[in-house]
Amino acid sequence: MKTHILVTVSLLFSSASITLANSEAMDTLLQTYAAQGAATTNAEQGKRLWVKTYQNKGEFSERSCTSCHTQDLTAPGKHAKTGKIIKSMSPSSNPERLTDIKKIEKWFKRNCKWTMGRECTVQEKANFLAYIDKPTNF
Amino acid sequence: MKSTLAITAIIFTIGFVTLPVVMSDSDYGWGKDEEYDRSSTGVAAISNPVYKEECGSCHMAYPAGLLPARSWTRLMADLENHFGDNAELDAATHQSISKFLLANSADQSNYRRSRKLNNSIRLADAPLRISAIPYFRHEHDEIPERLVSGNAEVKSFSHCNACHTKAEQGSFNEHDIHIPGYGRWDD
Repeated sequence: MKTHILVTVSLLFSSASITLANSEAMDTLLQTYAAQGAATTNAEQGKRLWVKTYQNKGEFSERSCTSCHTQDLTAPGKHAKTGKIIKSMSPSSNPERLTDIKKIEKWFKRNCKWTMGRECTVQEKANFLAYIDKPTNF
Repeated sequence: MKSTLAITAIIFTIGFVTLPVVMSDSDYGWGKDEEYDRSSTGVAAISNPVYKEECGSCHMAYPAGLLPARSWTRLMADLENHFGDNAELDAATHQSISKFLLANSADQSNYRRSRKLNNSIRLADAPLRISAIPYFRHEHDEIPERLVSGNAEVKSFSHCNACHTKAEQGSFNEHDIHIPGYGRWDD
């Protein structure tokens, strides 16, 4: 019983202290997505989705990732409503990007819903990751 | 016996938690400066890193003491449609931020501006916009539209820190006002 608790506690601590390097967070996420059915990534598809415009009711009737993040992922963006500066998306110009799984999933959820009116599929997320990681190649 | 003890404990806790709320809701207008601690002139500055990170990435992290608890509760209940944006939080983060906001809300604060904001709101109201609070409107009623909505660098009263240079530190002092393209504002 005692060892059981000890193991659980030490597991908790070790998982909380892991900080993933850029590619590690992405690798882990892509593995997760692969296990859920998105075995390959397609950065070009990611780019196409990035610039695609969606019709919405109400304020900002035309929505796209570029509404806030612009088409240049190496440059800072601007929140469409509040005007607050959003740091650039590309890890090459902003090393913090794609290093935190929780953060990535949080923004995928919020921003896919706002932009597309639904959550993104795992395939769409995998494609986005591939594009955001190396946007200048596409 | 045990359950009786537990219930008694709960009742006591609720009593102590609600007591200050009830007391601070006394209706004595917006209050005079003398009634407040001189050192606490503005509202409390934001100290919570989770709140700063989660709420401050899209807009200024509004000090919790700018809205009463009932307003924060209403606002936190519909983050999926947060003034037209999606600001959903996972359950643990939601709980942690709610706890912080409620503990530091305008009706829990002894800061002058918080008390004035809170006392100007009718008990039946729970405004979502700070700029809709009577005390706020009173304080801004002399500012012409061209300096706010007609000003590309301000655009809206929601952008406190466009003019209140120390807003994020909780100070809304007149001496710290600088309206872009206009300059200092003296009443």
